[in-house]
Amino acid sequence: MDILNQLADTFFDWEAMGQVIPKMFAIGLPNTLILAVISGIIGTAIGMLLALMGISRNAAARWIARIYTDILRGLPPVLTILVIGFGFGPVIRELTGSTSPYPMAIAALSLMSGAYIGEIFRSGIQSVDKGQLEATRALGFSYGSSMRLVVVPQGIRRVLPALVNQFIALIKESSLVFMLGLLATEREIFQIGKDAAANSGNLSPYVAAAIFYLALTIPLTHFVNWIDARMRAGRPEKKEPDEAAAVVGKGAQA
Amino acid sequence: MSEFASGTLSAKNIHLSFGSNHVLRGIDLHVEKGTTASVIGPSGSGKSTLLRVMNRLIEPDQGDILLDGRSVLKDNPDELRRRIGMVFQQFNLFPHKTVAENISLALRKLRGMSKDEARDEALAQLDLVGLKHKADARPANLSGGQQQRVAIARALAMKPEVMFFDEATSALDPELVKGVLALMTDLAQGGMTMVVVTHEMGFSRNVSDIVTFMDAGVVVESGPPEKLFTDPQTERLQGFLSDVL
Repeated sequence: MDILNQLADTFFDWEAMGQVIPKMFAIGLPNTLILAVISGIIGTAIGMLLALMGISRNAAARWIARIYTDILRGLPPVLTILVIGFGFGPVIRELTGSTSPYPMAIAALSLMSGAYIGEIFRSGIQSVDKGQLEATRALGFSYGSSMRLVVVPQGIRRVLPALVNQFIALIKESSLVFMLGLLATEREIFQIGKDAAANSGNLSPYVAAAIFYLALTIPLTHFVNWIDARMRAGRPEKKEPDEAAAVVGKGAQA
Repeated sequence: MSEFASGTLSAKNIHLSFGSNHVLRGIDLHVEKGTTASVIGPSGSGKSTLLRVMNRLIEPDQGDILLDGRSVLKDNPDELRRRIGMVFQQFNLFPHKTVAENISLALRKLRGMSKDEARDEALAQLDLVGLKHKADARPANLSGGQQQRVAIARALAMKPEVMFFDEATSALDPELVKGVLALMTDLAQGGMTMVVVTHEMGFSRNVSDIVTFMDAGVVVESGPPEKLFTDPQTERLQGFLSDVL
C-alpha cells in the first residue's frame, strides 16, 4: 500500500496538477498550437516545393530536393532544433534585434516537417495514374498546367491522412523547443509541466501535460482513420445500367 | 456534308525508338478529310504508339506529320493537340471533377470561355452522347460505357479536326461496347476524320474507309476494308485474321 500511495502522490497529486493546469490553458496550449500550426503551414509550403523539385525534369532541382530531404529526415529532431536555434539565433539577433528564440524554433520545426511533407506529396503525386497526365496533355494543356490542374490536386487528396499524421508528429515534436530556452510567455505545454515538476519535486505536472497532448492527438488520430476509411470506401456508389447507350444518336437507330 | 470542321491527316515515314527497341519503322498513314481509318494488328505492333506520335504526345525520331497538307512538327505541340481529340482505352476521366467539369475544364482554360459558357457547352456535348442527366455525377459513379461516352464528349467539345480512338472499347464489358461503337459510327458518318486503333473487326470492316494492318512497327498491308478482310495479300494478315475472326 505504501508503494501505491507513493506512486499516487508522485503522479496524481491533484493540488500540484490544479496549480499548473490554468497556466497550461493560458500559455502552454496556445504556444503549442502556434508552434505546430505555423510550422505545419510553412512546412507544407516547403514540402510542396520539394515535391515539385523532386519530380521535376531538371536534374539539378531533383538533386537539391533529394539532398535536403535526406539530411533533414536523417537527423534527430533535437539536434536540428539545437543547431538551427543556437546557430542561426545570433544572426537573427544581429539583423533584427530580437532575442527571442521563438522564430528559430518555428524555423527548425518547419524545415524538418517540410522534408517529411515533401516526401508525402511526392509519393502522392507519383501515385496518380499516368493516363491522367496523358489525357490532360492530349486536350492541349502544357505539362505545367496539366500537373497543376489535374495531377497535383489528385495526388494531394490521396495523402491527406499522411499529412494529418505529420501534423500530429509536429505537435509532439514542438515539445523539443524547450531546449532553446524560451521566455516565460513563450513556453509550450511540455515546458510548463517540466518547470512545475522541477519546482515542486512532483511529477504530476507531467501527467497534466500528457493529458493535454493526448486531448490534441487522439482526436486527430481518429480523424485520420475516419478520412482514411472514407477514402477507401469511396463515396457511395450508384451505378446504373447503360440503358441509354444503345439508343444514342442516329447511327444506332438507323 | 460534314457536321465537323474536319482536316486531312498524314504521317510520313515515321520512325521511333525507345533505346534499342525500334517501335515504329517507317510508318505511312494517310487519312482523307471526313474519312475513318482503322488500324488493326497484334498487341505490341506499335498502333497505340503511332497515335501518340501523330498528336506529338511522343516526338518521332524521324518522319513528318501533316495536317491539311502542312507539317505540324514545328508548331507548338500543345496547340496541335487542341486540334486532335483523343479517346483512351481506360477513359482517363478526371476522377476529382464532375462529369460537366471534365468537359468544361479545357473550354475555360484553353478556349477562354467563362464558367457559364463552358458549362452550357459541356451540357450541350453531354446531350449529344445521351448523358446530360449525369452532368453533376462523378465519373466513378458511371458505368464504363457512360464514362467512355463522357470522354468522347470531352474530346469533341474542343471542336477537333481529327479524332483518335485508342482501343476505346477494349476495357468495356461486352454489353457496353455497342453504345460506344454506335456513337463512333455516328461521328464517322457525320464526317469526322477519325483514326481508330481497334480490336473490333466488325467496326473496322463496316465503318472504316481504309484499314491499315500493322505488325512489328511496320505497315504490312493497307486498303479498303472489303479488300483487306476478304482478300488479304500477306501471310501475316491472313494469320492475324484467322486468329481474331
